[in-house]
Amino acid sequence: MRNRTKLSLRVPEPKHRPGDKPDFSAMAISEPGEVRRPEIDAHARDISDLAFSLIRVLDKTGKALGPWNPKLDAETLRRGLKAMLLTRAFDERMFRAQRQGKTSFYMKSTGEEAVPVAQAFALDRGDMCFPSYRQQGLLIARGYPLVEMMNQIYSNERDPIKGRQLPIMYSSKAHGFFTISGNLGTQFPQAVGWAMASAYKGDDRIAASWIGDGTTAEGDFHYACTFAAVYRAPVILNVVNNQWAISSFAGIAGGDESTFASRGIGYGLPALRVDGNDFLAVYAATQWAVERARGNLGATLIEHFTYRAEGHSTSDDPSRYRPSDEAKAWPLGDPVERLKQHLIGLSEWSEEQHAAAGKEALDQVNAANKEAMSSGTLGENRLPGAATMFEDVYKDMPEHLIRQRQQMGV
Amino acid sequence: MPAMNMIQALNSALDVMMTRDPNVLSFGEDAGYFGGVFRVTDGLQKKHGLTRCFDAPISEGGIVATAIGMGTYGLRPVIEIQFADYIYPGFDQIVSEAARIRYRSAGDFSVPITIRTPYGGGIFGGQTHSQSPEALFAHVAGLKTVIPATPYDAKGLLISAIEDDDPVIFLEPKRIYNGPFDGHHDRPVQPWAKFAQSEVPEGHYTVPLGKAAVVREGKDLTVIAYGTMVHVAKAAAEDSGIDAEVIDIRSIVPLDIATIAGSVKKTGRCVIVHEATRTSGFGAEIAAQVQEHCFYHLEAPIERVTGWDTPYPHAFEWHYFPGPARVAEGMRRAMEG
Repeated sequence: MRNRTKLSLRVPEPKHRPGDKPDFSAMAISEPGEVRRPEIDAHARDISDLAFSLIRVLDKTGKALGPWNPKLDAETLRRGLKAMLLTRAFDERMFRAQRQGKTSFYMKSTGEEAVPVAQAFALDRGDMCFPSYRQQGLLIARGYPLVEMMNQIYSNERDPIKGRQLPIMYSSKAHGFFTISGNLGTQFPQAVGWAMASAYKGDDRIAASWIGDGTTAEGDFHYACTFAAVYRAPVILNVVNNQWAISSFAGIAGGDESTFASRGIGYGLPALRVDGNDFLAVYAATQWAVERARGNLGATLIEHFTYRAEGHSTSDDPSRYRPSDEAKAWPLGDPVERLKQHLIGLSEWSEEQHAAAGKEALDQVNAANKEAMSSGTLGENRLPGAATMFEDVYKDMPEHLIRQRQQMGV
Repeated sequence: MPAMNMIQALNSALDVMMTRDPNVLSFGEDAGYFGGVFRVTDGLQKKHGLTRCFDAPISEGGIVATAIGMGTYGLRPVIEIQFADYIYPGFDQIVSEAARIRYRSAGDFSVPITIRTPYGGGIFGGQTHSQSPEALFAHVAGLKTVIPATPYDAKGLLISAIEDDDPVIFLEPKRIYNGPFDGHHDRPVQPWAKFAQSEVPEGHYTVPLGKAAVVREGKDLTVIAYGTMVHVAKAAAEDSGIDAEVIDIRSIVPLDIATIAGSVKKTGRCVIVHEATRTSGFGAEIAAQVQEHCFYHLEAPIERVTGWDTPYPHAFEWHYFPGPARVAEGMRRAMEG
């Protein structure tokens, strides 16, 4: 028993709590343009440095630098910016709708819009997305009607999923958007299965899935990475590290010990770590992974390093657990502002155009909201009848459900 | 018509379906080259190719999840969970995902998968190779749960399960893979070849899900069973001299309550038999439904003969297993009550 250290339990804590002045100066951030871009057939073990650095393209002045610059044409960049603006305006309006009592729940994606929007641009329209709950930008970028999203949020008479799911749990096979579960992480290995099926059939479509930093601690993350590597599934596995899982910081999921991207290396998966607030970097990293998957070279794990600028949901108050000005102090800025600055620097955009685009997004959202509200909001009981709750449990309704429906008396 | 044991019948069902439908594939732990620890997928990889019958990592959660993803793509995967006792890591994917994807997407997505898994005791498997978890699945809206008791039914039900557009839990009573074990563990088991139910057509046929079979007609009382216990119940009827009507329900969900109620109304007495633990076992659901449908026909309380509410104890297998003596005792109580 001599000279033995007395053990003590470590519980990780974030650097800043309410009242602290947020300071990210010690955070390791690669310089824009600094990180190398390997060939798409590189072996995971030969590019492990990419799991610990940060792929960045846009510098502080909005210039695009280095080998990851995807060199997108100005029109594509403008469409990307507009889709982000639309997503942000949509989020603002639906958050307010919840506060007005028109729905029960909402989740914004503020500050993280570049991840789903840039990725929607890098994927093909036929590629299948298995999202988590903060990728509404995918649907918006793919042109899914805003009014359909709102109909779902309001559980109204035109709700495409018939009032069965919590707001924002969209589903649209036609838009390559898998039904959101609400159970975290389950979609990650399902996406791998979908990708395996695509490969099994000799298809050319790939799958992509998204989870948060917190959910990497679920077994589903391990299942997904294992199966993706073993069967070389054409899938892109995205970890959106927005620093917070409701109130627990990324360190509670092990983020202080190693990067989330580095998890991939042990599975033999190429792992990229990218500035999630840099539209160009997200696009370029995704494009690399898309080319690799479509080239039958298998899966890629991408960590998107970003920041959840607002609360987890309408039920959350982040000022209870983190400094209220932490988002402003985030050293990687805001994705909308950064792409705007880049486009202005290219002389392909202006403050006037930006203001007009913001106004246009707002008008679009307001028009859609008016239309959706004409079909009712939650609590108005304008759904097509409670009898529909017995449908789709099975393809054909079995005897016992027919009896229960009769019992309910509708 | 060839005589098949239950393993051969299940293998034949998979072979028939893989031949007919390129979207049917099979995977599981040791289920590829080796053909599964119980040999159900034997020869399928060689015949149909590496990508249609392959080995999976020891990852029941991953096996179920990837099958779900394949199902939403449009395939009809048939996965093998090596023992039902190992299914729990996949439970979240089964309960929260497979069972609800059609519902939560209002029919936009569906999961036509079949989850095969050997279950039940009587093989000295101890508490991790003997469980009967059917009630856990029966409790979940959106799942179908099926249990065959003969080679003929095993093949016909498995084909129905694969062709079904909803997720099906297909529990295989491993104690009767090779012969209809009747619970007399001190006697040698007769091979299936000696019984008519081993006559299995080589080609495609189905046994519908949700349809019970009266496997022994009788007038004294009704015994409701499934899986291995069907054969134990028949033995108990012979041993006791009680003229029992034995019903093999074959599918837990959907449940053929019409056949059950018809028989109980005729006999006025009902014994429910299962190997699973008693409390909240599927027998409780059957008893509830029987009294709803047959209360004024019942001449005695409904009896349950089940495994005890303990884990499956390795060295006390035959104390735990509800053998023919215990079933006969339950039948006598129902006759006296």
